[in-house]
Amino acid sequence: MNFSARSKLGETDSGSVVGQAIAHDSARGHVSGKALYIDDLPEPAVTFHVAPIMATSARGRLLSLDVEEVRASEGVVAVLMAGDVPGCNDCSPVDFDVDPIFASETISFHGQVVGAVIATSHLLARQAARRALIDIASEVPLVEAAAALAADARLMPDYAFQRGDVTAGFAAAAHRLNGRIAIGGQEHFYLEGQAALAIPGEGGDMLVHSSTQHPSEVQHIVARALGVASHAVQCEVRRMGGGFGGKESQASQWAAIAAIAARHMGAACKLRLDRDDDMMLTGKRHDCLVDYEVGFDGEGRIGVLASHFAMRCGYSADLSLGVCDRTLFHADNAYYLPACDLVSARLRTNTVSNTAFRGFGGPQGMVAVERVIDAIAWHLGCDPLDIRKRNLYGVMGLTTPYGMDIDDNILPELVEALERSSDYRQRRSAISAYNTASPVLKRGLALTPVKFGISFTLIHLNQAGALVHIYADGSVALNHGGTEMGQGLYIKVAQVVADEFALPLEAIRITATTTAKVPNTGPTAASAGSDLNAMAAREAARTIKARLVDFCSERYQVPAPDIRFVDGQVVIGTERLSFGDVVREAVRARISLSSTGFYRTPDIHWDRAAKSGRPFYYFAYGAACSEVEIDTTTGEMQVRRIDILHDVGASLNPAIDIGQIEGGFVQGMGWLTTEELVFDEAGRLRTHAPSTYKIPVASDVPEDFRVALWQSPNRRETIYRSKAVGEPPLMLAISVWSAIADAIHAVAPGEQVGLHAPATPEAILAAIKAIRHPGGERP
Amino acid sequence: MSGMRNEIRFLHRGRAVACHLPHPDITLLDWLRVQQRLTGTKEGCNEGDCGACTVVLGRLEQGRLVRRAVNACITLLGQVDGAELITVEDLARGGTLHPVQSAMVTHHGSQCGFCTPGIVMSLLALTHDKPLPLTREAINERLAGNLCRCTGYRPIVDAAMELCSQSMHDQFTAATGDVIAALAALDDGVDVMAGDEAQFFAAPATLASATALASRVPTATLLAGASDVGLWVTKRLQPLRRIIWLGRIEDMRGIAADGDGLRMGACVRLGEAWAHLAAIDPDLGALMQRFASTQIRNSATIGGNIANGSPIGDLAPALIALGATIELQLGDIVRRLPLERFFVAYGRQDRAPGEILTAITIPRLSPDERFRCFKVSKRVDEDISAVMGAFHVTIANGRIAGARFAYGGMAGVPQRAAAAEQALTGLSLDDEQGLRAGADRLAQDFLPLSDMRASAAYRLDVAKALLLRALDEMAGRRGDSDRLIGRRDGPRRAEAPA
Repeated sequence: MNFSARSKLGETDSGSVVGQAIAHDSARGHVSGKALYIDDLPEPAVTFHVAPIMATSARGRLLSLDVEEVRASEGVVAVLMAGDVPGCNDCSPVDFDVDPIFASETISFHGQVVGAVIATSHLLARQAARRALIDIASEVPLVEAAAALAADARLMPDYAFQRGDVTAGFAAAAHRLNGRIAIGGQEHFYLEGQAALAIPGEGGDMLVHSSTQHPSEVQHIVARALGVASHAVQCEVRRMGGGFGGKESQASQWAAIAAIAARHMGAACKLRLDRDDDMMLTGKRHDCLVDYEVGFDGEGRIGVLASHFAMRCGYSADLSLGVCDRTLFHADNAYYLPACDLVSARLRTNTVSNTAFRGFGGPQGMVAVERVIDAIAWHLGCDPLDIRKRNLYGVMGLTTPYGMDIDDNILPELVEALERSSDYRQRRSAISAYNTASPVLKRGLALTPVKFGISFTLIHLNQAGALVHIYADGSVALNHGGTEMGQGLYIKVAQVVADEFALPLEAIRITATTTAKVPNTGPTAASAGSDLNAMAAREAARTIKARLVDFCSERYQVPAPDIRFVDGQVVIGTERLSFGDVVREAVRARISLSSTGFYRTPDIHWDRAAKSGRPFYYFAYGAACSEVEIDTTTGEMQVRRIDILHDVGASLNPAIDIGQIEGGFVQGMGWLTTEELVFDEAGRLRTHAPSTYKIPVASDVPEDFRVALWQSPNRRETIYRSKAVGEPPLMLAISVWSAIADAIHAVAPGEQVGLHAPATPEAILAAIKAIRHPGGERP
Repeated sequence: MSGMRNEIRFLHRGRAVACHLPHPDITLLDWLRVQQRLTGTKEGCNEGDCGACTVVLGRLEQGRLVRRAVNACITLLGQVDGAELITVEDLARGGTLHPVQSAMVTHHGSQCGFCTPGIVMSLLALTHDKPLPLTREAINERLAGNLCRCTGYRPIVDAAMELCSQSMHDQFTAATGDVIAALAALDDGVDVMAGDEAQFFAAPATLASATALASRVPTATLLAGASDVGLWVTKRLQPLRRIIWLGRIEDMRGIAADGDGLRMGACVRLGEAWAHLAAIDPDLGALMQRFASTQIRNSATIGGNIANGSPIGDLAPALIALGATIELQLGDIVRRLPLERFFVAYGRQDRAPGEILTAITIPRLSPDERFRCFKVSKRVDEDISAVMGAFHVTIANGRIAGARFAYGGMAGVPQRAAAAEQALTGLSLDDEQGLRAGADRLAQDFLPLSDMRASAAYRLDVAKALLLRALDEMAGRRGDSDRLIGRRDGPRRAEAPA
């Protein structure tokens, strides 16, 4: 690994913890039940519990909200409605739309919060909330994307990337294919539901413990809702029990309600959503309908691709602008498109406002183009892997549809390496032989690549701050704006800081993220947590280190280059002092041992209107090969083997990174197989609990699961040349979906497979029936 | 009967705890988290599906101490009567992690950590009752009731494999003798009546006490494993004022197998019934493996699964196909009826208020009888069936002499396919065309619903496919190697490629 970018001030050259497979900093707390989540925090002696009152219709005018019975219910102390919001009744993350904290006139989705009950216990609050009499003049809701598209219900203008002469491209193409894919949404199913505990202080202060990926935004929205300045509100989050994007913007409402309640009562108030309520009230991954048309040559090389993404955004904007943009940024996935017309329509529906979810729109774009590749292969009778390889960036071209030149491409080598290590060709022929002999069960195989752009496309979010203190005893307190949701950000940043001071990891105390220590942070999202925060923390550490070097240089009359931090000691010329002794001396000499650090990602810019710039600092790459088997009479499916080769640059912590890869893959596999969101015609979510919404369990993961890291440092100057890892592996699971389509294709080779996502047994059987009777009823 | 107890008693951290249960329907999880402020045990879904709330209950079974994982969220506190309660807080001692906890740390088995306490508790139960033979598949099956959204499970299963390959000596094995003595001391054999007439949690010790109480208070909620009734409390938010828990009644927990059949008390838990059902037919064993989760099978009972009247109830179709009969008791009056007649209509069963389902009898298969059952669901493990089909055929001279086909998920109740049965009776098992035509008659038997689990059309397609799969297997045209899930001999999944 290339560590040449390491400290320039004062060499740190032994006992490195960066790059080591070190356990999550909270692992011992997790396994012993001592790691505290919001609902575990010791409650102030007087603490009330809050539950939402939820609308009973998906669309209409709120005529009246009768809470007489609610107030009379056991344990109830107060009921809040829109009129009780002291400040602004809006928890939207964007300034061009509104998400009411309490809906007051218009009901926009089923379950929308119209009020809140404050009671003496969580159970009593929930029981009382159901006694509200809500009169809504209901209208027929727009529920599905197709209906919204037909009704031209757009939440914001379409956006598109276009390149080349598309019309001429299609006219010149030797072959043309078109198709439609329905891609389902996804519930985050973080194990810890949304939760907030608000504790009022003196002078209008409000401390909010929130399970959020975006404490600065929670602080801002709570302050706005209370009608106070941001300095009166502190948002703290030690950890989340999972986030996955679902707590980027969607934690704010619950924090705001808890804070309004706390202000109202003058006492601590806690709101944690019951699982079913959480699933009904919070946004999900955008489901979409994709219509594509592709023109290609006899070798399967794409000449032109037109893809139209009809994305269900829900009732409000939330983060949909960025999400739907990213669908287009990844509608090419790993493939060069000489000419293209990639459009996304952002549809308004009477459903919960869809939001960030690991991949942030990218996965939908990538699923679509991987289907396009499969379709070409089926049409030409080729192995889909050959079509993939012919179209990869680096084989055909290197400029993306949004005009960015890819300068760190490793796709051809990486795909080649996985093809070999997964034994793809030999297994391909074995599977063909098996399928010929097996009338009922069919196997499928697919190897799909991933290229994922790293940076927020909203450029100002690419900044981070940190705060490092060294106390007089030599212990170090570390704080930064990134939040910990299980992804191992805290330990990675701590590893970096430990190495900076050449201290053992135990010397670094990781402290809870709070807006009181680091202000104006972006969300922990876009896979950028360690890229941004580790850089900021290292900057803070280096500032202090520079002061210590200067101090030692002056005191011991040793030139600064001869002062090094090694193994918990400071080597000053020929002398060695313990780090603690140097710190003690520095304190006595009145040297500041506290510093902030700040980082902004360099070299990125994006002009959305002009559609030009370099939105991504770099790309993360990977590929996966999956083998599946299906029962063609019922559509049941089993994954048999998975091989993954993924690029994390020079890993900061291989154990953490492999955890992200495996976990991301399995989450993506769930999205594309068993996880199905079902809304009824009235707009009610029917799959609002784990009994009906099925995320993967242990047995869905095949025993034969091989994960390897691509051994190569990031070509960009990221922290220790590592790469972001949070989101990209999720899209590796497209290989499972593609392998299922491959197995279905074996039923009638040469025909097109109309498999949608998720590939539930029912979806698989529908595709099988369609391929057996081409031209007949399509699903 | 020597008196009455007005409190429940259980063993927690080496001491006997007594509770008067002012709220008869308080869950074990709320008692832990809200009343005791023991927050290590998490609430993930509050409906027994995610396992974040998993705790271990130790009970005496035939004098042996058996420690099992259960979901605290839908276990009512009263049900802990007579048990040893172990939570995640009880594992580490003096800062030293329990081996289960160490293994989870070493294998990087936690990320966000919220599911972790529940997984640790499932692993604790697992290491005290290891699967034999030790395979990843067996571990997966035992962990099916623990959802993890972060790790993808591989490191957790690695930890489990390592733990199970060693012998486990911990504070719990060391204390086994003491715990047995303490639990035996708690087992006073008297009826429990915590509360008053208006509001009580009763745990009668005998069937006579239970039937007497149920007749006297016919509006009381009869409780067995609480895997369904628990949701009335946590999701319907329906307070249960009067509860009669049947879990202490030995007469309802017996299993008697003889040449003719298997008779099980209604309060036999699914996990206990598994092996006995598998002995009737391997497909029943395979069904039990996919039935809910370890935690639920450790709580839910055979009788509860029937009495709750679920239209899906995985066991009911299989038992109807097998010709099972049930026993019901109202006061002193005992009656028997074929199981299929118990299900009157959706949400309605042939059970009078205060009447208790006490036992079920399943006849054995004779040599000329064949049985198959299959479950199709979105997810293989821990899912509710889209369609559950059970097929019982009597063969005489290569022909179908008798047919009992029963389905779950196809109607408002578990129901037989009378038209298909009739059409197929008399046909040769080799008459493929005739069999297929007969299977088409399922469309006359069922008008299934479309819901979040499956569409009506898919249900009908699958119902037919499962029937044909069963008949093809009985005729020898298809075998285990044509099955993707649930093999009759050996592991349920296809072997890894050679």
